[in-house]
Amino acid sequence: MDIRDVIDYLKSYDGRELKLMEVCGTHTAAIFKNGIRDLISPKIKLISGPGCPVCVTPTAYIDRCVEYACTPGCELLTFGDMMKVPGSRGSLSENKAEAEEGGGRITIMYSPFEAIEKARANPDTTYVVAAVGFETTAPTYALMIQQAKALGIENIKLVTALKTAVPALEWICRNQEDIDGFICPGHVSVITGVHVYDELASEYGKPFVISGFEAEHILAAIYRIVKQIEAGMGRVENMYTNAVRENGNRKALDAIETAFCAGPAMWRGLGVIPESGLYLAGDYAGYDGGSRDLVEDMELPEGCRCGDVITGKINPDQCPMFAGGTCTPMKPFGPCMVSSEGSCGIWYRNKH
Amino acid sequence: MKITMAHGSGGKSSAQLMGEIFGKHFSNGVLDKMEDAAVLEVGGRIACSTDSFVVTPLVFKGGDIGKLCVCGTVNDLLMMGAVPKYLTCGFILEEGLDIELLDRIVESMAKQAKEAGVIIVAGDTKVVEGNGGLYINTTGIGEIPEGRDVSSGNCRPGDVIICSGNLGDHHACILSHRMEIDNNITSDCAALGDIVDALFKGGISVRTMRDVTRGGLGTVINEIAESSAVKIELQEESIPVNPEVKGFADILGLDPLYMGNEGKMIAVVPSGEADKALEIMKNTEHGADAAVIGCVEEGQGAYIKTHLGATRRFDVLYGEGLPRIC
Amino acid sequence: MCVAIPGRVTEIEGTTAKVDFNGNMVNVNVGLVEPEVGQYVLVHAGCAIEVMDKEQAQEIIDLFADLEALS
Repeated sequence: MDIRDVIDYLKSYDGRELKLMEVCGTHTAAIFKNGIRDLISPKIKLISGPGCPVCVTPTAYIDRCVEYACTPGCELLTFGDMMKVPGSRGSLSENKAEAEEGGGRITIMYSPFEAIEKARANPDTTYVVAAVGFETTAPTYALMIQQAKALGIENIKLVTALKTAVPALEWICRNQEDIDGFICPGHVSVITGVHVYDELASEYGKPFVISGFEAEHILAAIYRIVKQIEAGMGRVENMYTNAVRENGNRKALDAIETAFCAGPAMWRGLGVIPESGLYLAGDYAGYDGGSRDLVEDMELPEGCRCGDVITGKINPDQCPMFAGGTCTPMKPFGPCMVSSEGSCGIWYRNKH
Repeated sequence: MKITMAHGSGGKSSAQLMGEIFGKHFSNGVLDKMEDAAVLEVGGRIACSTDSFVVTPLVFKGGDIGKLCVCGTVNDLLMMGAVPKYLTCGFILEEGLDIELLDRIVESMAKQAKEAGVIIVAGDTKVVEGNGGLYINTTGIGEIPEGRDVSSGNCRPGDVIICSGNLGDHHACILSHRMEIDNNITSDCAALGDIVDALFKGGISVRTMRDVTRGGLGTVINEIAESSAVKIELQEESIPVNPEVKGFADILGLDPLYMGNEGKMIAVVPSGEADKALEIMKNTEHGADAAVIGCVEEGQGAYIKTHLGATRRFDVLYGEGLPRIC
Repeated sequence: MCVAIPGRVTEIEGTTAKVDFNGNMVNVNVGLVEPEVGQYVLVHAGCAIEVMDKEQAQEIIDLFADLEALS
């Protein structure tokens, strides 16, 4: 069997209409970039779930980051995709000049470990890391903060908006019953392992298939989901065995457990989901830059249907703000237009 | 020695800077007259273009801001089928700029101008407060030889699109420096006169030429499709990208389709002349990696055919193309 | 959501490794994995999150063999 057989099968699928959801923004991006929708039957609908941690970051979080960035003696370190997310006082991009005027600074980082080097080199500056991410990124922050503590570094703070994917998947299973199967996030699964989806698969009787990020991976995962549905199955399958182990990465899970504890988290567009956030805890609680109370969400303009887009209830172009041209990548309102991997941003750029 | 506000005063220090740096490197019959304006001999239709250069770092693998500001404007003239003749330059110097560095950059500018066959006929310098930065604006004038008609609006269904070489080198080079990633990626910064000359000398009926700068190939192709009111389809696998640049782009989550270049162009030619045009390009210094990357069809919009045979539409670049991780 | 790509380990010193991505050398934290020089690691945000068994080209070939076995 090769890729052509898989494509032929998916292209000629003529069963009942299926709705499959990918819950990872990188999958969403790969699906568009590889034109996957063009290779499968129109009866197989791919829906983008709340997969991007940038997308679901609430306004209060951005405001807190801006506040730090504008504080004299502070430097905010952030990933590039956070720059455009709107807060109530504007985005980080819009506040860059103001930050520097006020004696603070905003710097784009590639890795959180940059904070360690900077903090050692400049002990008088406080480095505030905008720690956004899912399970994939959480262990990196954990390692970094453990290293900081071991080195006696005190001029680092983390403002966390760390989230876990499984509680969100459960929320979707509960609130959006007509999804027929899930393409599970490959790099989250590298950390968590395969079995975190077992309970969901058995409770809801739907296929959960773990996929890598090449076009071939994604097509193989879709194929397996359709095959499972046709056979009346609903189980967890790992189609990314090169990187995802049965029990995940034990060291990474231990690192998360040592540095963080679970708590409620605000998902923009969805609301507060219990136990879906990770907060610095125990010996590391002192490094927290005030992350627990950031649950306030932006009042999105009337007509905004971000929540429905993120849960796959509607396509981006069914949102009046999108269709009317009010919300665009140049002037994004909702989180899904902000991120380069947000459903609306990708949809807009590719003019589906 | 560093630049101080005195170098912008219009007095003695300014004159010294003019003489010792700009005068020394740029000397030519027009500039040396030191009049308020240059008086130029120009015949027929002229092309005129202006561009400002704000790159950091000022010196990078494969070039510097001096070479860049000549190549950028010269290429813009070339893309209209013009023969570049004259350049003017405006310098904004920040306090604290190393004068030795400025000298090197101006020297590099003079060298590139000579290679590209243009002379620098007017210039201006201002000094502002800052941290040793340097910004240059160049304006270019070129003559368009009789019979040449090159425009973004000239593409017709059936035409073929040729790209002069690997994409993303300049962008990756600059970003590698900023992100401190160690590699051998060199900027492609170059004036493309050799390619353009060769195409016209070879008798190719060039419809459209565009240098692929900021915004990348994705943006340029969309602009051409719109100007010519046609559909353009690219073949993903034919788009030339150096594997090292591909690796770099993957690390930062960037797409070479939207990465900037400073020495790459595309030419759109009638299908019957495509093989000959490709051959001609491949025989030039700056077109050695040239490839046919797509074709023009009836319709509208820009499309790409992926390696698995899917077709998807692509749009211009939005935003800054920031490195991303999530 | 989580951009991560495979690169080849060329040097290891403590918890830091030099990883080669098609000629781009990046210092990567390997505190979460135990790679050997020459192996491929999956890198996200400057941190290796897993050691890969195979090179990607081989993996894709094997993927379809796995599919066949499941069918």
